[in-house]
Amino acid sequence: MESLSNRKKVLEQKPMNFWERMYLPAIFQGMAITFKHMFKKKETIFYPEVEREFSENWRGMHSLKRDEQGRERCTACGLCALSCPAEAITMIAAERQKGEEHLYREEKYAAVYEINMLRCIFCGLCEEACPKEAIYLDGPIVPSDYLRKDFIYGKDKLVEDPMQMDSPAVK
Amino acid sequence: MELAFVIEKFVLITVIFLISLTVAAYSTLAERKVAGYLQDRVGPNRAGWGGMFQPLADGLKMFMKEEIIPTDSNRFLFIAGPSLALLTALIGSAVIPWAPDIVFGDLTIQVQVADINVGVLYIFGIVSLGVYGLMIGGWASNNKFSLMGAVRAASQSISYEIPMGLSLIALLLVTNTLSLREIVGQQHGGNWNILYQPLGFILFLVCSFAETNRTPFDLPECETELVGGYHTEYSGFKMGAFMFAEYLNMFVASAVMSTLYFGGYNYPGMDWVAGMVGPVVAPLIAMAVLLAKIFAFIFFFMWVRWTIPRFRYDQLMNLGWKVLIPLAIANIVITGVVITVYDKL
Repeated sequence: MESLSNRKKVLEQKPMNFWERMYLPAIFQGMAITFKHMFKKKETIFYPEVEREFSENWRGMHSLKRDEQGRERCTACGLCALSCPAEAITMIAAERQKGEEHLYREEKYAAVYEINMLRCIFCGLCEEACPKEAIYLDGPIVPSDYLRKDFIYGKDKLVEDPMQMDSPAVK
Repeated sequence: MELAFVIEKFVLITVIFLISLTVAAYSTLAERKVAGYLQDRVGPNRAGWGGMFQPLADGLKMFMKEEIIPTDSNRFLFIAGPSLALLTALIGSAVIPWAPDIVFGDLTIQVQVADINVGVLYIFGIVSLGVYGLMIGGWASNNKFSLMGAVRAASQSISYEIPMGLSLIALLLVTNTLSLREIVGQQHGGNWNILYQPLGFILFLVCSFAETNRTPFDLPECETELVGGYHTEYSGFKMGAFMFAEYLNMFVASAVMSTLYFGGYNYPGMDWVAGMVGPVVAPLIAMAVLLAKIFAFIFFFMWVRWTIPRFRYDQLMNLGWKVLIPLAIANIVITGVVITVYDKL
């Protein structure tokens, strides 16, 4: 048969010579290679003291963002919950009252916003679907826990800390 | 049989027992560290500095796990299997001379639990008894995979005992004595037996890999072939006993190899050191040298494990019967011819 791409490697099946049949020289060669590996640089990353760098497109824990005046962006429109393929997001909307203009951007806000981290597959569709640029997946790896109910993250864990922002109005 | 003798031997037995257990426990850690370093990674290093307390953690884990005994298994034999494996592994260390005699004034302590004049034969007998632990463990599990693993282990063990015994016969032609104490005494001053029996040493080394069920001969217990071999059904302390027995076997095999071929506790410059430090400290230094040789052999065992793929069963049998036995017999013939010619000269 004609070979299509000429990349076939032809192996010669010669019978073994005396040195090869003894196996011991080949074994010692192999052992020398293994021994050299003892002195090479180790690939282990000593988590949690050292963490591996993430790539630019890394999708980690969710965070609900705030705008330049420190008001929450999320308006509880439900597009993230609709687009989530794992149905991990649930929310309850509420109406903004008189004295709360500095807390929320528009008249509707999410009073309860919960993401079930065990259901979440970190696909990023909620980030793509949000019309208010409110949810981003830029956090770290979600830490482990013991009980299933502790994995349902509410607004206390998801909303971005206003002290972390660089906005002058917040200070 | 006065009381002083009994007490002295009892203390010696306890010390050697504790040393064997400690070395076997830290071999588990050494195995994981060596495996890590050979594979470009670091082994366990969280439990204590450098992973020092990892064997304690592993031992605690083995104690705390649930002991499951299968319903249809033979209960007595199920418990007897690992006990027998551990027993035969431990009593092998009784005839090895660990140091030259310690002299406290007019009290001479022989640092060897039992100086019998058939020491080599005793070691060989213990090695043969080691098969029972595996067979009983595999049979009592009431599990086809375990039985297959046990049968393979037994056939491998008895096949590789023959070249081991034949290479010991060749060694016997050189040393003219079976007592291990006299063999080590003859190697004093730099004429280690490896210079007289290089082929015999290689045969003994390969056979001891096979006797301790160590890669490349670990078909009875590998996970890819047989789920777990003869220790599939074991859990908790009995499993710990099997694994511990394997490392103890490795320790005793290394000790026997160092004693028979590498001069035991002898090292170059020994008499000068003995002149310097006196008759109490010098034997301890010699014992430390013997332990260093044993550790080097244990490292060699581990080094080979992470380099070579394992033998298939028919390749293993082929090697044992068709390659090693003829080589061992040829070794005996050559040794005999050389000794006869040398004596005539």
